[in-house]
Amino acid sequence: MAELMYREALNQALAEEMERDANVFLIGEEVGRYQGAFKVSQGLLDKFGSARIIDAPISELGFTGLGVGAAMVGLRPVVEMMTWNFAILAMDQIVNNAAKLRHMSGGQLRCPIVFRGPGGAGGRLSSQHSQALESTYAHFPGLKVIAPATPADAKGLLKAAIRDDNPVVMFEGERLYAIKGEVPEGEHVIPLGKADVKREGKDVTLITWSRMYYFCEEAAKQLESEGISVEILDLRTLRPLDEEAILASVRKTNRAVIVEEGWPLAGVGAQVVDIIQSKAFDDLDAPVVRVTGLDVNMSYAANLENAIQPDAPKIIAAVKKVLYREGA
Amino acid sequence: MASAYSKDLLLTMYRKMYLMRRFEERTQQQYGLGKIAGFCHLYIGQEAVAVGVNEAVRPDDYMLSGYRDHAQPLARGSHAGMIMAELFGRTGGYSKGKGGSMHIFDIEHHFYGGYGIVGGQIPLAAGMAFASRYRNEDRITVCYFGDAAANQGAFHETLNMAVKWKLPVLYICENNRYGMGTAIARVSAVPEIHKRGAGYNMRHEAVDGMDALKVYEAVKDAAAYIRAGNGPVLMEANTYRFRGHSVVDPATYRSKQEVEDERKNDPIPRLMHYALKEGLAKESDFEAIENEIKEQVDEAVKFADESPEPSLDELWRDTIVEEGEEDVRPRARVLGEKVDNWPSYPSGKDLKVTWDLEPREQAEKADKAAGLKS
Ligand SMILES: Cc1ncc(C[n+]2csc(CCOP(=O)(O)OP(=O)(O)O)c2C)c(N)n1
Repeated sequence: MAELMYREALNQALAEEMERDANVFLIGEEVGRYQGAFKVSQGLLDKFGSARIIDAPISELGFTGLGVGAAMVGLRPVVEMMTWNFAILAMDQIVNNAAKLRHMSGGQLRCPIVFRGPGGAGGRLSSQHSQALESTYAHFPGLKVIAPATPADAKGLLKAAIRDDNPVVMFEGERLYAIKGEVPEGEHVIPLGKADVKREGKDVTLITWSRMYYFCEEAAKQLESEGISVEILDLRTLRPLDEEAILASVRKTNRAVIVEEGWPLAGVGAQVVDIIQSKAFDDLDAPVVRVTGLDVNMSYAANLENAIQPDAPKIIAAVKKVLYREGA
Repeated sequence: MASAYSKDLLLTMYRKMYLMRRFEERTQQQYGLGKIAGFCHLYIGQEAVAVGVNEAVRPDDYMLSGYRDHAQPLARGSHAGMIMAELFGRTGGYSKGKGGSMHIFDIEHHFYGGYGIVGGQIPLAAGMAFASRYRNEDRITVCYFGDAAANQGAFHETLNMAVKWKLPVLYICENNRYGMGTAIARVSAVPEIHKRGAGYNMRHEAVDGMDALKVYEAVKDAAAYIRAGNGPVLMEANTYRFRGHSVVDPATYRSKQEVEDERKNDPIPRLMHYALKEGLAKESDFEAIENEIKEQVDEAVKFADESPEPSLDELWRDTIVEEGEEDVRPRARVLGEKVDNWPSYPSGKDLKVTWDLEPREQAEKADKAAGLKS
């Protein structure tokens, strides 16, 4: 298996799906001649030409809606958001049109489209460029929402998303693009809606997705040296949530900590807590604990930026709390 | 001089306009009876636009609209009873009663919906037109929107792309001079909406939207221009809605005099007088049509009344496409009729994309002009 960067895995998925199906095209700012703001579309313009790799003007609402219209009549657009922060301008098209077309038409229409781009905080970019917005989209019926952590998952989930007949919102990790991992070649498709146990353990389950997975790994390693065995469940898909996988893991470890980059109120983690307490209450040995970003706007100052985000020490403290260990 | 129009065309237009008018009068009445609820925007007064446009384009051209969307599908040939059933929230409606007044979708007649967010359909139309070019089809997309929608960012963003990529789309602004209760001139720097096309190098023109034949002529010409690959057209049809913004709006923001004056332009008698004057039809032709339509509208109401409410299971359908799930064909589902005009799209395997959106030389020239090396 080849070692690829997360961005290369995405690039491979795009290239393979475009080759496989001429209905697939990519549109977004700087995806063509510039080779992608984060280089995900590197080399694709030469391979597929300007009708299929389309440099859009800075008109998020406009080109997103154009994608939705193309999907309504049978094409399979991939709309790249330079980052999800800017996609807030396009939200009307994603939420009011793409998510609702099938319902409003009584099942006449389908909208096979992928909206993808980097999400998440960090890099000293302050409030408008540093947000984990996935819970916003996970709120809406009619959308599927995915957020892969590893290069292999990025490839497999993007391929599945492009083949899916529903609108899929994909959060890539802005800070994950350069990480490396083994990526299966060719037909590697991960079904949407399936979580993945990334680490087996006995004492506590860490439930997470996207970049937070890496902090969980770091925490798990440290905890292991202290004799605590941690299971990590990477949700991968946030809508629909893999309830079975969540419940199975909690029933095994009897303790859960949810690690979410975004804000606590109405976060995806809040829904996970609800699933656990309503369906596996009797299996719990301790209340579920959430580690989230702080309920504030992102700051530029380095120390504030760090303080706002979850990290391994915060996760370790939360694990100790659910284990009733001292120091928590 | 003989008229340039056939009797058949004139009577078809008349029949459709008369249907729209009577259908919507009954809609208002049924609203009053509590059978229809929600927002319900009538098209009364604007019929010349829908009929003029529809007769000038092909039945398989794509079409979509805003929330004032009962009449345009009637012009396309949609089933009046199924539209009424949709307004009633019944299972016999095009969307099984899930869309209601603002969301009529009849894909068999290539009517891709009414949309409730002002201006939200404008980018969708560009996407549908994009798909036609991508697949080398010569069909065009017709997109209706109101004068107030032209102040949305979606309008401006889309015009820019549509021109740049020569998308085969006809934007029809139905300028009825009001966005809800606000006269367009009060909130628009340029109230002549069509002039905004100039800012995007887009062919643009205005037409008398109270005259079905003028709309017909203008759209025929524009459609030919678009179909020939010249790019989009912005057409402003100056029209007037005789009723309030929606059925519950008494429209007190307009003077009685203004409405009375506009009513003198009623497009329906106008077309009739033309046909009579040209000797293309007799009074009795119109009487026959009117009687037929009255019956058709009665039947539509009866059809809607007799159609059951959707079952609660329907809540869980039509939001996400399950694997292998077929799309719903309303006419087959409701009337049991075979549907053979359901759109089919080439699979990705058969599709050859030959279109060059931005030819290399063009891109390089632009770079050079900007002082970049290529
Ligand atoms: C984005 C948005 N803002 C406001 C509304 C409320 N609203 C519905 S219709 C309307 C007026 C629109 O007027 P126009 O576009 O001229 O169309 P017309 O009603 O004249 O056909 C308004 C303000 C809405 N539906 N969507």
